Amino acid sequence: MLLLTCPYCGVAAEETELAPGGEAHLARVGPEGTDDAFHAYLFEKENPRGVHFERWRHAMGCGKWFHAARCTVTLEVFGTYPAQTTEPPEHIRAAISAKRPGWTWRDLA
Amino acid sequence: MSEPASALGVARAEGYVAVAELPPQGMISVRGDLSEEGVAQALADASGAALPGVRGITHAGETSLAWMSPDEAMLFCGYDEAEELAQALREALTGAHALVANVSDARASFELTGARVREVIAKLAPVDMERFALGEIRRTRLAQIPAAFWMPEEGRLTLICFRSVARYAFDLLAKAAETGAEVYAR
Ligand SMILES: [Zn+2]
Repeated sequence: MLLLTCPYCGVAAEETELAPGGEAHLARVGPEGTDDAFHAYLFEKENPRGVHFERWRHAMGCGKWFHAARCTVTLEVFGTYPAQTTEPPEHIRAAISAKRPGWTWRDLA
Repeated sequence: MSEPASALGVARAEGYVAVAELPPQGMISVRGDLSEEGVAQALADASGAALPGVRGITHAGETSLAWMSPDEAMLFCGYDEAEELAQALREALTGAHALVANVSDARASFELTGARVREVIAKLAPVDMERFALGEIRRTRLAQIPAAFWMPEEGRLTLICFRSVARYAFDLLAKAAETGAEVYAR
């Protein structure tokens, strides 16, 4: 069972109260992008064994989108944070580094 | 004008906890940044209740004010007062980035009474009912549908859901509250 704490309403929401939204921090490729860049944006998603960043929505609760950093192997949650950011905040990265020294994800480390 | 009617004709089920559909209730949905002074003040003025904190619900007589999300509040009042109150809110919020809607007819409300109301809800929603506090409102999942509830006092719980799923909610609650369906021996 996965429990994620919604950063907006503070509820430690059980997975069935949430809707998954896929990989976090994707930069949209618009009409000016190349075919290769657009293809990568649409289809080349991270699917790591370990540290991962995802979007979730508190669909059955306050309705807000938020971000979660977790481990796909152990389901350990490193933290959740608001959607109004383009990259994981420092305290989330520090929490991951404490548990998984040397972690990498895309161009983050 | 036609007479307002509740979804299930104020259905009632007697189990180890009683489940009763409530007659039509006034409900006004307000969207707007609740941390904005003007929005907070308009809500407090209209309801007469203090602005609730995160996941809180406050009461002033027959009127209640609930925190639904950082930019959503719900005002509960008498069914007949809703339209007038909504109009007053609209006027008070003129110029603010806010939206007011009378959603009374979009919802169904239920009241559960009995010493073990917490247990009945715990069967249906992923909520730690042992620790659920009075003065708290919880939006969650009731089996397969979205719902919200709060406890005006110990042994009494009010629940709202969309009117279109009122029958589902009532049957679910009545079944969970049926005599003989108790989870813990007393
Ligand atoms: Zn939430």
